[in-house]
Amino acid sequence: MLILECPYCGVKAEETELHAGGEAHLKRFGPGSSDDDFHDYLFMRENPKGVHFERWRHINGCGKWFHAARCTMTLEVFGTYSAQTYEPPQDIRDAISAKRPDWSWREFK
Amino acid sequence: MKRYSVFAVAREALRYHSGWERAWRSPAPKRHYDVIIVGAGGHGLATAYYLGKNFGITNVAVIEKGWLGGGNTGRNTTIIRSNYLQDPSAAIYEKARSLYEDMSQDLNYNVMFSPRGVLMLAQTQHEIRGYQRTAHANALQGVETEFVSPQRVKEIVPIINLDGPRYPVLGALWQERGGTARHDAVAWGYARACSNMGMDIIQQCEVTGVRVENGRVAGVDTSKGPIDCDKLGMLVAGNASVLSEMAGFRLPMESVALQALVSEPIKPCMDVVVMANTVHGYMSQSDKGEMVIGGGTDGFNNYTQRGSFHHIEETVRALNETFPMVSRLKMLRQWGGIVDVTGDRSPIISKTPVGNVFVNCGWGTGGFKSIPGSGWGMAELMATGHSSLTESFTIDRFKEGQFIDESVAAGVAH
Repeated sequence: MLILECPYCGVKAEETELHAGGEAHLKRFGPGSSDDDFHDYLFMRENPKGVHFERWRHINGCGKWFHAARCTMTLEVFGTYSAQTYEPPQDIRDAISAKRPDWSWREFK
Repeated sequence: MKRYSVFAVAREALRYHSGWERAWRSPAPKRHYDVIIVGAGGHGLATAYYLGKNFGITNVAVIEKGWLGGGNTGRNTTIIRSNYLQDPSAAIYEKARSLYEDMSQDLNYNVMFSPRGVLMLAQTQHEIRGYQRTAHANALQGVETEFVSPQRVKEIVPIINLDGPRYPVLGALWQERGGTARHDAVAWGYARACSNMGMDIIQQCEVTGVRVENGRVAGVDTSKGPIDCDKLGMLVAGNASVLSEMAGFRLPMESVALQALVSEPIKPCMDVVVMANTVHGYMSQSDKGEMVIGGGTDGFNNYTQRGSFHHIEETVRALNETFPMVSRLKMLRQWGGIVDVTGDRSPIISKTPVGNVFVNCGWGTGGFKSIPGSGWGMAELMATGHSSLTESFTIDRFKEGQFIDESVAAGVAH
């Protein structure tokens, strides 16, 4: 069972208390963007076997959105962090590097 | 290959069953093949089989990182139906269903196809309208289905409780010619037939890289050394994203865990497949007497081949309401498989940006029922470059907005 700590209210919530929101740090492409960018924004999701960054919502708790760094192979959670960021903070990246030295995800490593 | 028959059984009975051959060979890989298929599940083996049978291409290797049929082929709930809404889906699923009908004779291998009928319950007003629409669409597509009343449902499934407190049964979509088959036997039967045509099935051989030269595939690197090929077919379900990255392109799909479970065996009590999509549960009874139960997918990306516990609880709770007599059953086993889900819940059977690389993935929660149709179309696509069965299922359909929207028919239950 997946357990994530909500970075806002500090509750360690298991997954029935949470709602998965898909890939994190998406850059939105809308009117005026190229067809390729719009297509990738809508349909091309990262689907790694390993380190993954996601959005989650503490839906049956404080109701706030946050980010989580997780391994899709082992369900190991590297950390959770605020939604108010465009990229994973350094302490989360360090926590991942300590366990998966070769990790990379999109442009981050 | 010695044919299986009643005479073979009689002959072996008289000599202590010492004459049975291995069903397929396990050769070392050759240096070069005309076609390499990655993934020895149902779809990969069916593709190889129809490449040989329909197009005479037999210099084929089927490469598998684990054991044959050990992925989703061995993990599904074996349901076969073709009552889909959109024309391209109905065409390929109906092709598959009709091929299942004489598969045992075709492969000389008993796949135990049992056309016992599939009942999809309508438990909300919205579902009634949806299934009536599907029944009308199926009539136009030549797929035999009908929308039946709650009384008819009770006749077909006497153990059902029509007036559940939360979700009463308001009707159902009934496909009498749907059913189940023995999932392992489908993989084993295709493997035996492929091996008999001279194809090499290479198990425990993991692909570690795809070699591309001048925009075309040159071969694959594997844990058993490099192998060259002219054409490459990728049929690896949940691992399709990983394999496509090796070849240098991306696929619009995500991998999630889907679960199933079986109960202890009981006496025969239900001779059809019942699916209840609103409450996320579906059930049939195996020949051993176990109730085979399938549930929902997890909401997040996952490669662990096990699912979240609360989905089991949801599924079983829903089934208890619809089938009160199963409430005291003990569950024997639970397992998960990694299914590959696309944006419109329809598969991708397509050429790729890399020359002579073909991909067949994205079957999501409904891969088993489509195995022969998928293999038939994929083989035609790989051999000739075009197949009318698969032409709508391209990678580019998302960019062009040509979705094959089956999220209603295939969103959860299968």
